[in-house]
Amino acid sequence: MAQSGRREPAPAGDICAHRRCTLGYSFRDATLIPHLALPHPGRTAVRMNATSGHHVLPVSRLGDLFSALRSAGWNLAGPRIRDGAIVYDELETAADLPAGWTDEQAPGKYGLKKRGDGALFGYVVGPHSWKKYLFPPTVRMWSATKTADGMEVEVPQPAAPPTAFIGVRACELAAIAVQDKVFLGSGFVDPVYKARRDNIFLVAVNCGQAGGTCFCSSMNTGPKARGGFDIALTEILEDGHRFLLESGSERGERLVALLAAPAASDADRSAADAAVARAVSMMGRTMETSGVKELLQRNYEHPRWDHVAARCLACTNCTMVCPTCFCSTVEDVPNLSLDRSDHVRTWDSCFTSDFSYIHGGSVRPSVKSRYRQWMVHKLSTWHDQFASSGCVGCGRCITWCPTGIDITEEVREIRASDGANT
Amino acid sequence: MKKPPVRKKPRLAVFKFASCDGCQLSLLSCEDELLAVAGAVEIANFLEASRAVVKGPYDVTLVEGSITTPHDAERILEVRAQSKFLVTIGACATAGGIQALRNFGDVKEFTSLVYARPDYISTLATSTPIASHVKVDYELRGCPVSKANLLELLSSLLHGRRPNIREHSVCLECKKRGTVCVMVAHGTPCLGPVTHDGCGAICPAFHRGCYGCFGPQETANTSSLAAAWTRMGSTGEDLTRAFRTYNASAEPFRREGDAHARPG
Ligand code: SF4
Ligand code: SF4
Repeated sequence: MAQSGRREPAPAGDICAHRRCTLGYSFRDATLIPHLALPHPGRTAVRMNATSGHHVLPVSRLGDLFSALRSAGWNLAGPRIRDGAIVYDELETAADLPAGWTDEQAPGKYGLKKRGDGALFGYVVGPHSWKKYLFPPTVRMWSATKTADGMEVEVPQPAAPPTAFIGVRACELAAIAVQDKVFLGSGFVDPVYKARRDNIFLVAVNCGQAGGTCFCSSMNTGPKARGGFDIALTEILEDGHRFLLESGSERGERLVALLAAPAASDADRSAADAAVARAVSMMGRTMETSGVKELLQRNYEHPRWDHVAARCLACTNCTMVCPTCFCSTVEDVPNLSLDRSDHVRTWDSCFTSDFSYIHGGSVRPSVKSRYRQWMVHKLSTWHDQFASSGCVGCGRCITWCPTGIDITEEVREIRASDGANT
Repeated sequence: MKKPPVRKKPRLAVFKFASCDGCQLSLLSCEDELLAVAGAVEIANFLEASRAVVKGPYDVTLVEGSITTPHDAERILEVRAQSKFLVTIGACATAGGIQALRNFGDVKEFTSLVYARPDYISTLATSTPIASHVKVDYELRGCPVSKANLLELLSSLLHGRRPNIREHSVCLECKKRGTVCVMVAHGTPCLGPVTHDGCGAICPAFHRGCYGCFGPQETANTSSLAAAWTRMGSTGEDLTRAFRTYNASAEPFRREGDAHARPG
């Protein structure tokens, strides 16, 4: 989501005069934050009508977009190949993108394959999600140090390197919106998430193909990004490799303007539509969501839970790769000389027994109760808690489950024998 | 956990049974922290570090190694009697170690093949964990234990708090590190999903499957993992070999290793 409503727009005329600022953007807090650490003009982002003009950029000029972002002070993060997968990592230039590669995904299976063309975004989501940047796996929240007359608590300024996310898919934008509700929307604002969230620039990519475990169409989250981005790209491979550019925020529009890309033609637009339509037609999975909230709540004793428990490893992979899963635990880590203790937050999962440990034992000792808790939360009680589904249909939990448990299949099986009791 | 020792400088002892010394060495390799350890406890018995031996009782006793001889079966009773808080360190002390492979064979036969004078050898038919002989207050996993866990355990004992040592799978650590799953992405059989964390997920970061050094995680579904390995092409022999290593005798691993072992 853009930052509309959360921040005051910069006063007009407050133009960045830093010698390295090639963009001439206006921004606030210039005296407080060094130029390059400033995500300017992100702090003035305003959500815009997404139809405010499409542009077209030949593939050879994608690097210009990257350079423009870099000279505005953004670090770039996006897809690149590492260890046989497409992960999210730092990018230097557009040449770091997995050109000409695609992925093949199935329950418990992932592999890379060369594609016949030079597509730069010709794959879907991999094992990483943007959650690793916004909700880092391990963070020191505060430290206490012993002093002569008590103790001193130090709360570190949350680190928030200005980062442009390159290649954010529609389901991932939806996942970020879900986590926004969790971390920012309840009245209790998570300072770590907020600092990072306020400091990103979102370059979305509309999917031109879907993967074997994708089901965003069912969850109504994709494959086309409908908002919440600064710029959205659609990769067109036919009749000239190019990108359709659409801005979704004021700062996105200014960046696009800076590229001086020509306006898109009708042919460009319909080619982009065709790419998205192709993704819709390739969707590897479906989930019937009507009434799923009630379906799961009336089937707590369904025999299918035993069936899944026999296969589930309680390994936590599904929750780690899920872009909306947000559970963590905190640990106090004192040193041996007992004069300092760090309070550390680290990812946790409802699949561990410690997670539901209260005085006397774990509330969910069986793997069955843990899988049920996870799936019912994702698809059912999430609606009560956050007024949306907790699942965006990215398919990661299906692909990265070592034993190939498929959330869409579990729903289908329960629906097929609704009301069956053990 | 039972209440830890309260004395100002608790007395620490380290005892060794059938083992390779690797776990004790983990303590010595805590270079940066060793002075803090030495400052926090009185090291009363630690032959790897010092020849000085202070008689018990000890507040905290670390026991390395498994019980493989009649003599050691006696000695552990004495160690227990001298110790307020007894912690086993490592796969040998906690699960019988690699030497527990003898539990699946015939020791008499081995000794007659290996030793010129097998009659000089006094050994038990099995290698068993310390907990099979005496009450154990805490078990620290790993082959060897991780020095971070060891320091955390000592720190928790000194503070009288629960150690921050979690019993979940190795997968959680892999994911926190951002390691690409070797099983899903490379088709490499991996014991990570059923193995207790503690190493920080080292092997998958080097494109190897987990070897299970820390033994079974809290709810190890070994039969489901074995089914997944089988779908990837592993044979029964592969499975038995994988489950019968440093933690061969730890219960879910023993059961799974047996399930795929060739009869006879
Ligand atoms: S539950 Fe599975 S498919 Fe749904 S958002 Fe999470 S990882 Fe993606
Ligand atoms: S559903 Fe799959 S990934 Fe999730 S805990 Fe169970 S076995 Fe692991």
